[in-house]
Amino acid sequence: MALKLVFLGRLEDAAGAPELEVAAASSLGQVLAGLDPELAAALQGPRVKLAVNGALVQDSDALVLGDGDELAFLPPVSGG
Amino acid sequence: MRWCWAMATNWRSCLPSAAVEMGADVRLLTEAFDFAAELSAFTSAHPAAGGVASFLGQVRASAHDSAVEALELRQYGPLTLPAMEDLAARTQGRWTLEGLLILHRSGEMQPGDPIVLVAAASRHRREAFAAAEFAMDHLKSESWFWKREKVAGAWRWIEPRAQDFEDIARWS
Repeated sequence: MALKLVFLGRLEDAAGAPELEVAAASSLGQVLAGLDPELAAALQGPRVKLAVNGALVQDSDALVLGDGDELAFLPPVSGG
Repeated sequence: MRWCWAMATNWRSCLPSAAVEMGADVRLLTEAFDFAAELSAFTSAHPAAGGVASFLGQVRASAHDSAVEALELRQYGPLTLPAMEDLAARTQGRWTLEGLLILHRSGEMQPGDPIVLVAAASRHRREAFAAAEFAMDHLKSESWFWKREKVAGAWRWIEPRAQDFEDIARWS
């Protein structure tokens, strides 16, 4: 029973690892509450987007998580 | 029928570029690529095109007066390539092209290494120029890549520039 968190870009530095497995939780709030407060704040930054199982989430408050879900935290991109 | 089209693009992208006649050739590469050979194969695959416009992005040798030792591009599997394929479909929907090539690296690169190659082939030059620029502007500011540079032994993440957002705004 777990969730996988994926941290892209500078969020990897904030988390100290590119991925983290956490205990199953049903809401994003629950996931964030279980993290280091500094990391939780970085993940809630205004320009950070969230994808669950590869699909972008528009309303993260309405999110209901299931066991095994992969949550990717996506800071502003810089390609090319 | 966009979905079917996207699937077809995806299927074609598995073939060597010389075999592609209509669809876009979109690839996410983890190893260095030979841009001259890619461009040559692309132009030969589209003999009906009167013009090919291309853009090559490479790792610059210095940033803020410091030597760049390496550059790394991270991608996220579930999003990055699908979004590149969607961008190719939008580009082809906007201009009449004979062919479209979008190659983008991920992983660690050295100064001088190619990062991105975009080429658009069309019967007339204006469409090729515009399509290549449209694809490149969107790759820069909308594609799922995160970039960091190694300068003086330390890695630092590169944030998007305001100019990148202005570049994309003019297409809407």
